Amino acid sequence: MAITKDTVKKISKLSRIASNDQFEENMIKDLNSILKFVEQLNEVKIDSIEPLASTVDQEIIKREDAVKKMNDKNQILSNSPTDNKDFYVVPKVIE
Amino acid sequence: MSEIYQLSLSELVDKIKSKEISCEDAAKSYIDRASKSKKLNCYIVDTFENALSKAKEQDQNFNDKQKLFGAPIAVKDLFCTKGIQTSASSKMLEGFKPEYESTVTSKLWEHGANLLGKLNCDEYAMGSSNETSYFGNVINPYRNDKDLVPGGSSGGSASAVAANLTVATVGTDTGGSIRQPASFTGIVGLKPTYGRCSRWGVVAFASSLDQAGPMSKTVKDSALMLEVISGHDEKDSTSAKKETEPFSQKLTSNIKGLKIGIPKEYKVEGMPKQITDLWNKGIEISKSLGCEIKEISLPHTKYALPTYYIIAPAEASSNLARYDGVRYGFRAEGKDLIEMYENTRAMGFGDEVKRRILIGTYVLSSGYYDAYYLKAQRVRRLIKNDFDEAFKDVDTILTPTAPSSAFAIGQNVDDPISMYLNDVFTVPTNLAGLPAISIPAGYDEKNLPLGLQLIGKSFDEQTILNNAYAIEQNINFKSQVKDWWI
Repeated sequence: MAITKDTVKKISKLSRIASNDQFEENMIKDLNSILKFVEQLNEVKIDSIEPLASTVDQEIIKREDAVKKMNDKNQILSNSPTDNKDFYVVPKVIE
Repeated sequence: MSEIYQLSLSELVDKIKSKEISCEDAAKSYIDRASKSKKLNCYIVDTFENALSKAKEQDQNFNDKQKLFGAPIAVKDLFCTKGIQTSASSKMLEGFKPEYESTVTSKLWEHGANLLGKLNCDEYAMGSSNETSYFGNVINPYRNDKDLVPGGSSGGSASAVAANLTVATVGTDTGGSIRQPASFTGIVGLKPTYGRCSRWGVVAFASSLDQAGPMSKTVKDSALMLEVISGHDEKDSTSAKKETEPFSQKLTSNIKGLKIGIPKEYKVEGMPKQITDLWNKGIEISKSLGCEIKEISLPHTKYALPTYYIIAPAEASSNLARYDGVRYGFRAEGKDLIEMYENTRAMGFGDEVKRRILIGTYVLSSGYYDAYYLKAQRVRRLIKNDFDEAFKDVDTILTPTAPSSAFAIGQNVDDPISMYLNDVFTVPTNLAGLPAISIPAGYDEKNLPLGLQLIGKSFDEQTILNNAYAIEQNINFKSQVKDWWI
């Protein structure tokens, strides 16, 4: 199997999602069935095909590098899960 | 007299403008009906009081220049609405009140529409049955002996239009999330060309595929909605430099001489006979309207779903990295910063969202990027090339919208792949960036609605709208929703 318990642990870590035994067991089954499904693509001859990242057929439109007032600090901070009015508050990151 | 909520959007706006109906009565009619319809679980948040006071104001400040003047409209809860909870149906965003308004919804209000509330959907638009919502599944107003799903991810939007709880709505479509629920609930749903409508202020799922579009009772209503919500927006760098068009005024049912392609690869094994019959009915009607039917080939069709299930989770894993418990929404405690992130994301996201984040992270991770992600992008080009080739010979492509009618709640939840197969006919157009519309075209043996899909050339929504309009006039589909929940 392509995805083992260790793989789930590793990608959970990379995704910053806490995992436990039950979660890992469930995900091994689901992720392997999804991977088996997408591996149908191995049949397709793609050697000389350029990847397509976007269907937009225009150059990226540039805008003037000018300051525009769009957001209000107090309103933005009011959505923070902590109720400090000046900063976002997070657990201590330096000793 | 028939009830106000039975009118189409175009009919309602005309009657408001000719002063047969007041904005207040229009709002009241929908508020009353939506209040009695909580069992369907369409609304996550309602703004009925605001809607009523705005309607009264509108009656005082009559404005017949606005294209949606007085129309009561609820929107999918993926569109940011200023000061009103926008949750994407996730625990992660419960309580989040954006400080800004999405471009698409701004345009609705600029044209006089009146917000009724926010409609349930699959969590972060990831799902095909509306069963992944943190706020519970939506129920389809059509039923047999069991409660049925409305499809997804715009399931609350679809049920709300079908049950007359909003006069029309906007949904989003990343792999079929407008069209498949439209098919399951007997309404019209249009996914515009990628870039036609701004993505600014729409909660992001897979940015190269996401597109907002109308869901409505009639084709004309979708045309009217599209002319309001489309157009270039400098706040979205992928927004096309194309101005909106008067789609509803240019709508015509004269489609004589139109060349319609029938892709042989869409005749998939095990497709129910009723869907094949419906498709044939669409072909016969088109012939009777003077269209030329051509068999075409889209050889890479079978690879569209596997391609999608690499690209969409890859983009989602990147887009959803922003939910870290710091700036908005839900936060779980942790002994340090990393543990706080990990606990927040473990508890804030549902299983389907986590599945897709993990798959996306895996296909983008070192050592697998070329084998999965880059390969999927190469196949994506082949899929787009298939359509480019086909559209040299035809003007539109006619297919079924979904491989089944609405299924029972719980039927597909244990098998992600069987759920994903719902989108087999809708996903290819997202990968190719093309416009496509689903229209209700008949009923199956269980009396459940079935849809037909028309796919168009890039930025040629007008032709698929005309084609859909002509078929709609001919089929004369009638809603069979019975108010069993009231």
